[in-house]
Amino acid sequence: MDREADVAEARIDQGESPFRANFALGENSSATPDAGAPQQIAVTAKDVSVFYGKKQALFSVNLNIERNRVTALIGPSGCGKSTFLRCINRMNDTIEGCRVTGEIKLDGTDIYGRGIDVVQLRARVGMVFQKPNPFPKSIYENVAYGPRIHGLAANGRELDDIVEQSLRRAGLFDEVSDRLNTPGTSLSGGQQQRLCIARAIAISPEVILMDEPCSALDPIATAKVEELIDELREHFTIAIVTHNMQQAARVSQYTAFFHLGNLVEFGPTEHIFTNPTEERTQDYITGRFG
Amino acid sequence: MQLTILIAVLIVLTVLAFVYGRKRALVTVGGNRRALHSMPSYHGWFVALWCGLPAAILLVLWLVLRGTILDGFIEDALGPELAAAGPEMHGALLEDVRQLAAGNSIAREPSPALLAAADRYSSLQSSADAAVLVIGLVAAALGLGFAWRKVGPKLRARNNVEAVVRLVLFLCSVVAIVTTIGIVLSVLFEAIRFFGRVPFWEFLFGVQWSPQMAIREDQVGSSGAFGIIPLFTGTIYITLIALIIAMPIGLLSAIYMAEYASPKFRNAVKPILEILAGIPTVVYGFFAALTVGPAFRGFGDALGLSVSSESALAAGVVMGIMIIPFISSLTDDAIVAVPRSLREGAYALGATKSETVVNVIIPAALPGIVAAFLLAVSRAIGETMIVVMAAGLTANLTANPLDSMTTVTVQIVTLLVGDQEFDSPKTLAAFALGLVLFIATLVLNVVALHVSRKYRERYD
Repeated sequence: MDREADVAEARIDQGESPFRANFALGENSSATPDAGAPQQIAVTAKDVSVFYGKKQALFSVNLNIERNRVTALIGPSGCGKSTFLRCINRMNDTIEGCRVTGEIKLDGTDIYGRGIDVVQLRARVGMVFQKPNPFPKSIYENVAYGPRIHGLAANGRELDDIVEQSLRRAGLFDEVSDRLNTPGTSLSGGQQQRLCIARAIAISPEVILMDEPCSALDPIATAKVEELIDELREHFTIAIVTHNMQQAARVSQYTAFFHLGNLVEFGPTEHIFTNPTEERTQDYITGRFG
Repeated sequence: MQLTILIAVLIVLTVLAFVYGRKRALVTVGGNRRALHSMPSYHGWFVALWCGLPAAILLVLWLVLRGTILDGFIEDALGPELAAAGPEMHGALLEDVRQLAAGNSIAREPSPALLAAADRYSSLQSSADAAVLVIGLVAAALGLGFAWRKVGPKLRARNNVEAVVRLVLFLCSVVAIVTTIGIVLSVLFEAIRFFGRVPFWEFLFGVQWSPQMAIREDQVGSSGAFGIIPLFTGTIYITLIALIIAMPIGLLSAIYMAEYASPKFRNAVKPILEILAGIPTVVYGFFAALTVGPAFRGFGDALGLSVSSESALAAGVVMGIMIIPFISSLTDDAIVAVPRSLREGAYALGATKSETVVNVIIPAALPGIVAAFLLAVSRAIGETMIVVMAAGLTANLTANPLDSMTTVTVQIVTLLVGDQEFDSPKTLAAFALGLVLFIATLVLNVVALHVSRKYRERYD
């Protein structure tokens, strides 16, 4: 824990993003870490509420996700953190009776605005799911699928390059380079999850959403994926939902704590974990509930 | 009569045995359920089974063997008469005795020996039944007494009852297997008899099918050719037409219903499709023979084609309509069973709905789709009524779908309809056809199983 906290602090101190006060957030208050550096913000959520039918799952959430940083969303089950994550690539659209209000901006464009094509949006906001879900295709085809449907490669050579680079970035290439044509489902759980990450980064999204990506993995595979997340930060903006608070502390620079559909507290990770402003956050991270 | 009494008494005894066995179990432990090894109702079942089962087995055995045993006695009584009549009248005489004993009149004037035998038969029958009644009741009483004394806290009634349950389940599955084996063997033996008269290779590779056998030596026009090639090509051809119609429509409608349709539409249309699956094939047959066939002929006339009013095309098209619900319903199930996570994975990559369907959902659902397809093929191959009514009976070896054709199943029907002698090649040919059909569908099923297993390994 200590080492990771130090690392996180060191990163903050590098100064690309000036240190900000740890905002204490009321139920509906704003959670803008910094208004002064707009180019640093990849995703801005303003007053986002989500309803499943008549039931409200998310209450007026305000949250900014900073570019090239890992933002962790933590909180007990059913607190709305996954729901919020799925708003960012409009994955909630596929759920019957789900309604989103408020405004989410990706690089200043409202993604729920008129004339927004979800296909293009999802090409810019990739997602990795809780359970590894490789397609019933070969390893190669799994990674090549995104570039293919978006026409990212002009020819087969380029596609090969994209696949290899994505697999390399996902830290999987050396393990599978000799069997790219075997089914993706033949890999182990951890490898499958890294394959899904490779699949997501193959279309060079700006933001990658991860919905508890390690909850179905063993500790060793989890460690690999966490390491990978840290490396991916260089090229991508990452938002990760996790149940594992150690994981949030290890991989993220910012942490948002959700409870009962409200964003309770949001700030730099080490502050949330060492010196939270809200009592509920304190109770949750010390394991008093959740 | 006696046996009816036995059955009624046994039922009453068994019910009582259950009720009182259950009570007794509680009494033996003074109402303390926990002292019992098994719950009281298991004790009830234990006593009931011991009371009813041995007697029931005895009864069944008697019902099965009764005829044979009684016949043995009659044969002894009828000895000289049987010898005088000769072996071919043996069965007829015995039947006469049985009829007389039952109080029915027989075709000819009964001889005194026959009447005596009939008397003896009926008296034997009633005394034997009475004996069985007594033995059955004794067996039930003995079983009851035995079980009654066993009931107590130590008795492992549950284990015993469970063992009986397992045995019953096992016997039920054996019934299915034995029946299958019996059907296969009976078809096989008749087919072997057929191949004794018509050479196997001529049957398998002959291109002429005209099963009319000459009854008299001098009869004309009865060549008796048994080549199944025209029948098989007819079957395959009509099946093919059916699949060309049903496969795309079934598959695409399933995709629409599973992926695109609103729940409202789905809930309205699914039952309608199921109704389509429930229509008797005879009704489809009318439809084919009275509507579709003439319509095609009219079409053909307008285009200057000669279409026979019983055409393979009409039969195939209607058969295709018949199997659409099978394909669409099974495919729909397979598609719905594809995990949501796969769909979301594709959507999250920015795949559109149709890209997701084609690239992810169909490959993942393929085992189910293949199974649906092969089930549809077996249905089509085995289908009879539509083809009888719409495709005709002439065994044409032709590739023209506008001509009339016939199939294996249709020929089996025509061979066995009406008065037939059961040892002419004509009738036996039906069994040979049945055997070939059976082997064909068996191979198809084995292939289906293999294919779907292979894909399941890859896609699960």
